[in-house]
Amino acid sequence: MALSWLLLILLALAVIGFFAGRSRALASAGGNVRDLHSLPSYYGYNVALTALVPAVGVLIVWLLAQPMIVNSTVSSLIPDQAVPEGSERGLIMSEVRRVAYGLDGAVASGAMTETQAQNGNADIEALTKTLKDAGQVLTQDITQPILVAAQKFRSMTSTGTVAMQVVVLALALLGAAFAYVRTHKEFRARNVVEQGVLALLLLAASIAILTTIGIVLSMLFETMNFFQLHSWKDFFFGSTWAPNFRGGSELSILPLLWGTLYISVIALLVAVPIGLFAAIYLSEYASGVTRSIAKPLLEILAGIPTIVYGLFALLTVGPALVSMFGDGGMLGVGWMASSNAVLTAGLVMGIMLIPFVSSLSDDIINAVPQTMRDGSLGLGATHSETVRNVILPAALPGIVGAILLAASRAIGETMIVVMAAGAIAKFSGNPFDAMTTITTRIVSQLTGDTDFASPETLVAFALGLTLFIITLGLNIFALYIVRKYREQYE
Amino acid sequence: MNDMTRVERTVDSKAIKIAANNVQVFYGDTHAIKDVDVQIEDKTVTAFIGPSGCGKSTFLRCLNRMNDTIDICRVEGDILLDGEDIYDKRVDPVQLRAKVGMVFQKPNPFPKSIYDNVAYGPRIHGLAKNKSELDDIVEKSLRRAAIWDEVKDRLDAPGTGLSGGQQQRLCIARAVATEPEVLLMDEPCSALDPIATAQVEELIDELRSRYSVVIVTHSMQQAARVSQKTAFFHLGNLVEFGETGQIFTNPEDPRTESYITGRIG
Repeated sequence: MALSWLLLILLALAVIGFFAGRSRALASAGGNVRDLHSLPSYYGYNVALTALVPAVGVLIVWLLAQPMIVNSTVSSLIPDQAVPEGSERGLIMSEVRRVAYGLDGAVASGAMTETQAQNGNADIEALTKTLKDAGQVLTQDITQPILVAAQKFRSMTSTGTVAMQVVVLALALLGAAFAYVRTHKEFRARNVVEQGVLALLLLAASIAILTTIGIVLSMLFETMNFFQLHSWKDFFFGSTWAPNFRGGSELSILPLLWGTLYISVIALLVAVPIGLFAAIYLSEYASGVTRSIAKPLLEILAGIPTIVYGLFALLTVGPALVSMFGDGGMLGVGWMASSNAVLTAGLVMGIMLIPFVSSLSDDIINAVPQTMRDGSLGLGATHSETVRNVILPAALPGIVGAILLAASRAIGETMIVVMAAGAIAKFSGNPFDAMTTITTRIVSQLTGDTDFASPETLVAFALGLTLFIITLGLNIFALYIVRKYREQYE
Repeated sequence: MNDMTRVERTVDSKAIKIAANNVQVFYGDTHAIKDVDVQIEDKTVTAFIGPSGCGKSTFLRCLNRMNDTIDICRVEGDILLDGEDIYDKRVDPVQLRAKVGMVFQKPNPFPKSIYDNVAYGPRIHGLAKNKSELDDIVEKSLRRAAIWDEVKDRLDAPGTGLSGGQQQRLCIARAVATEPEVLLMDEPCSALDPIATAQVEELIDELRSRYSVVIVTHSMQQAARVSQKTAFFHLGNLVEFGETGQIFTNPEDPRTESYITGRIG
C-alpha cells in the first residue's frame, strides 16, 4: 500500500469521524443545540483531530526513523573485507540500496518473481543480467555480500512499512473511537479544540526557531572542521586572502571584512541622507495625494531583485563612473581602471537601501505624536525648525534602528557585490579600486566542482558564520534601540 | 456655586486685544463656526464654554492660525490683533504664533531636558544674546509658571519625566518664555487631577497681570473661578458673551441658562 493511500484513508477516517462525532453530540442533546456545551461542529473537529494528529505524528517520525535504523542494521551486516580498498562503507551502502530498489523494480515489472528476488544463493551473474535487462540501474557488478545485504534491506523495509501502516491505522481508529465515546453533551469539545489550535500554532513557531538553530549548528560544525585544518590565528588575524586549491592557502577574513565594511559604508552614505530626507518629505510635507502615489513608487525599489541592481551596476553605473573618473574620462584624472570598483557597488547598494531607510523612518516619524508638532508650531517655530529640533530628536532612536537594519542588509548583500565590486582582496582606501567582500568569496569558494574536505571550501562556512554573527549582532542592537524608543510614548 | 465670589469682578473696561468680526470657519463642507463676534480684552481672562463639538476649540485655534496646519480648514471674516488683521497675506503665521502663545489640552513637553523645553522658544526667536541671558529667561519663565522650586535642582532631567500637573506647568512656562501678548489655553486642566488643576488655575489668575488669557474649558466651575469674561458657544454659534458673573447668575439667553444649569450639553 502506497503512502498516498494511507494518507487518504486517514483523511477519510477524519471526515467520517467529524460527521459521526457531530451527530452523536446532537443525539446526546436530543437534537437541541442549546443543550450542548459547544457548537456541534466542535465535537466533530474533536473526533477528527484526535484521529488524525497522533497518527500523522507517528507516521512522520516513523518515516524519518525507519531508513536510519534499516541503514545502520544492514550496514553492520556487510563484512569489512567486502569493502574494497579506497572505498567507503557509505558508497557500498548506496550500492546496496540501488540493488534493493533494482530488485523491487524487477519484481514490479514481472522480470523476476518474489521468490527469485529473495533467493540468497542466486547466481550472481544471471541476476545482474536479469536486472540490467529489466532496465534497472546498477553502477557495478553485484557481489555476494551486497546481494545479501540488499535482500536484508528489502525485507526490513517491507516489514517496517507494513508495521508502520498497521500502527498508524490502529492509532487513527483508536483515537477516533476514544473521542467518539467521549462525545457527550457535557463534554467541553470547544476547549479541547482550542488546545489543539494552540498546539498547532506552537508547532509552527517552534519549527521556525528550530530551523534557525539548525542552520547555526550546521555552520558551526563545518566551521569547527575548518579550524581543525586551518589555523584560527591566520583566519582572524592574518592579512592576506590567497586561497590555493593545491594547499598552502592564506585564508584571512580581514581583507574581506575591510571590503565588506567599506562598500557598506559607501552604501549607507548614499542611502541614509536620501532615504531620511525622502521620509521627512513624505511624512511631514507631502499632501495626502502625493504621499499615496509617491510612497508605493518608492517601495517598488525595494521589490527589484538584487541581481537586476547588479546588472544596473555592471552595465550603467560602472561605465558611467569610468567615463568620468577613468583614463581619458571627463575629469581627465584617470583614477579608475575598470568599472568594477568599491564605488560602483556602494552606489548601487545605496540605491537599493533607500526604500528600506525611507519606509522605516517614515513610519517612525509618523509615530511621533501630533501634540509635539502642535507644541512646537504653537511656539512660533517654522515647519523645518519643528522637524529639526523636535521631530527628528524624538524619532532619532528609531531612525538609528532603521539605519542599523539597513547596515546589516548591506553587509549581507551578495549579488550586487558579486557583479560590481571585483574579486581582489586587499586593504585599500581608494574607492576606485576593485575590492571583494565576504559574501562574494563565499560564492566563489563554493562554486564549481569542490569537495567539502579542503580548508579552501570549508572556509566558506567560517566566513558565513562570522557574517551571520555580525549581522545578528547588528539586528539585535537595532531591535533593542527600536523597542526602547517605542516605550517612550506609551 | 460659592466659587463665584472668589474672583473679583472688575467691570472697568480695558483695551481690546483681539477683535473677531463675523468669523466663519469651514471644515470642507461643514460649517463649524457661524458668525462669531468676540472682543477679547487685554489683561483679562476670557473663558469659552459650551458642549463638546460646539466649536470653541476651533475658534481658539483661529486666534493664532493653528488651523492653517489643517488642509481642509477655511476661515472667513476678520480677526484683528491690536487692530491688524491676522489673516492678512502680509502676516507671517510663524511670527503671529510667537505673539499669541498656546497651551494644549494634553501636556506635551518635548523629549528634551526641562531647560531645553523652556529655552526652545527663546532660542528659535533669538531672544537671548548669551547663555546667562537665556538662563535668566528660563528661570523667570519657570518662576512665572510656579514650578521653579520643584525643578530648579534638575533642569537637565527630561521634561517627560515630570508628573502630569508639573508637565502642564512646564508647558505654560515654555509658552510664556517667548513673551507672548496673548496666551491661548485649550482645556489646560482636563488631563490633570484636582490638586494640579488648582495650581494651574491659580497660575492663570497670576498670568492675567501681564497677558490676555483665553481659556477653553468644559468645567463651568473653572470658568466661573478664573475668568472675568465668558463666551458660551453652542452648535457653532456664539450664543452669549459677557461678564462672567452675569453669564452665570443672570444669563440673557435661555440656551445659556439651560447649559449652565445642566439641562443641555
